[in-house]
Amino acid sequence: MTLTAYIEGIGLLGPGLAGWTSGQAVLGGSQPYQPHQTVLPPPALLPAAERRRSGAIVKLTLATGLEAIAAAGLDAASLPSVFSSSGGDGENCHAICEMLASDDRQISPTRFHNSVHNAAAGYWSIATGAMTSSSVLSAFDASFGAGLLEALTQVVVDNTRTVLLACDTAYPEPLYSARPIPDAFGIALVLAPQRGAKALAQIAVSLTDADADRLDDAALEALRVAIPAARGLPLLRAIALRQDQRVVLDYLGGTRLAVEVAPC
Amino acid sequence: MNPLWLSHFTATSSIGRGLDRTLDALRQRRAGLAPCAFDTVDLATFIGEVAGVDAVQLPAHLADFDCRNNRLALLGLMQDGFTEAVRAAIATYGAQRIGVFLGTSTSGILQTELAYRRRDPVTGALPADFIYRTTHNTFSVADFTRHYLGLTGPAVVVSSACSSSAKVFSSARRMMAAGLIDAAVVGGVDSLCLTTLYGFNSLGLISDQACRPFDAQRNGISIGEAAAFALLERTPEHPEENLSADAVLLLGIGESSDAYHMSSPHPEGLGARMAMQDALKMAGLHPAEIDYINLHGTATQSNEAAEGKAVAGVFGPGTPPCSSTKGATGHTLGAAGGVEAVICSLALQHGLLPAGLNTRQLDPALDLDYLLDNREQPVARVLSNSFGFGGTNCSLIFGRAGNP
Repeated sequence: MTLTAYIEGIGLLGPGLAGWTSGQAVLGGSQPYQPHQTVLPPPALLPAAERRRSGAIVKLTLATGLEAIAAAGLDAASLPSVFSSSGGDGENCHAICEMLASDDRQISPTRFHNSVHNAAAGYWSIATGAMTSSSVLSAFDASFGAGLLEALTQVVVDNTRTVLLACDTAYPEPLYSARPIPDAFGIALVLAPQRGAKALAQIAVSLTDADADRLDDAALEALRVAIPAARGLPLLRAIALRQDQRVVLDYLGGTRLAVEVAPC
Repeated sequence: MNPLWLSHFTATSSIGRGLDRTLDALRQRRAGLAPCAFDTVDLATFIGEVAGVDAVQLPAHLADFDCRNNRLALLGLMQDGFTEAVRAAIATYGAQRIGVFLGTSTSGILQTELAYRRRDPVTGALPADFIYRTTHNTFSVADFTRHYLGLTGPAVVVSSACSSSAKVFSSARRMMAAGLIDAAVVGGVDSLCLTTLYGFNSLGLISDQACRPFDAQRNGISIGEAAAFALLERTPEHPEENLSADAVLLLGIGESSDAYHMSSPHPEGLGARMAMQDALKMAGLHPAEIDYINLHGTATQSNEAAEGKAVAGVFGPGTPPCSSTKGATGHTLGAAGGVEAVICSLALQHGLLPAGLNTRQLDPALDLDYLLDNREQPVARVLSNSFGFGGTNCSLIFGRAGNP
């Protein structure tokens, strides 16, 4: 069974990757990869109160999602959405667990509402005005693949455009030792059922048991393995190279995703 | 949509393990709520705790998954022959052709809360026996369920707060329609933890009584825990010959976002209204064809005001009979959509419209046909609402395969 869609916009933000425009030069090999800590832009689209309360996962989601949707020339309010993250806001989780283990368990309302896995989805809909459906997913290290499959089934079954927002943020100690996600990384893709003027590539996705592709650059490969959302990087590299290519992405256990990429 | 068949289903909550006890509790109007004595929690509130969760033992080869949430998942999977039904489905479809779609809000976070009490006094490190991946991580409950049942198809957790285990039906529907799978284990599991008890307390949203949905004096939620599962299959051809009349079908799904506030619903219930309308549209039904609404009905002031307006807006004056069953089960958060889907299925099969419990005086501002007593009547089609933090809304419509 193969699911086909067109990618109309890409958002990318991570260590040493500050957007799709510069990122594709790095992934395509024309610029060297120079890792440095991810710089998260302030979430300008949020009202002031929400802006103050928003954590890294919200900033990352907004930055990557808006980049992809602007590239596709679409209105964010019109798009259904798929949010996929291994575990949401690790800093916030740490703060809550620390307080709950202390003598004063009175966590703040903001801490609590930021603790839900769909916090980024909630802020996204407030920022963009999107009253459309949103799927909010986790599949641990398989979260990128699970999000891509969910988004593709929306495109294919419901015949709609959708935006996939796959984002993970850093875990502080002591959680970091148990879940070593070192930095923020996100990929956003606008997917469409038909080929439009903005189409960058066609993708045709099926399940496979072939081994997942690795990245040649050792630092990029380390990034791919370290952060679940970065498991989508081989797909972005294939698009950056602008040539027909078959890539295999990590998914769940022995199951992986084969993606036939054809530039438009 | 092509209706999907809930070929097997089960629920375990504070009102009982499995379908028989759940149905009996609904018939007897028996609530599962009691004053909170969970762990070291020092809040004056009522909770819906499932008895015996601590005594559940995971199989040795899945010991890494051991935490309250996965113990509750296993307790749920052992009821009503559900595990055996999935094993039979594996023989029919193959393990790789059955997906797992489970909702949870907090998964096994209790394990991390407890681990933070045992940090190394010098280094601050968590204890060596703490395993994040298979306990705390949001995906852990689907990962456990998949391993326990021996399924190898796509699997995911939907975690959109209190709409989670309603929205799993939508993800499963799409993946089945796309042809990636032939059947799906859907449901929700959420268990008691300090994050939600103290979190809802911080928002002033937990009641000091057993919660009173749609009561004029309602003052907040009672948190519960539950595990609910359903096996979704395609409706066989010629359902009139191949399905019993009381087989339960999923007929429609509506989803929306409020785009309004992180922890308060849209005051006019706009998102909720869109979700109900979209579910009716997908099912190809008129509002008058709905026989019962299982309301989200958490017993907060703001939820009921918004949901009441939304239901009245969609159904007009003379709404269908409706109730919130959270007065019985408590608000089981990420498991609520799954539990209430099962309660809706029981309503369809047994012709029972369950009363809302603990409600003494209906809020006169809300124009609903709210059930204060059980009603026995033929039931053909029901709608279930699940809404959550972040302004996430999902409505499901279920119906009987044959006339009641």
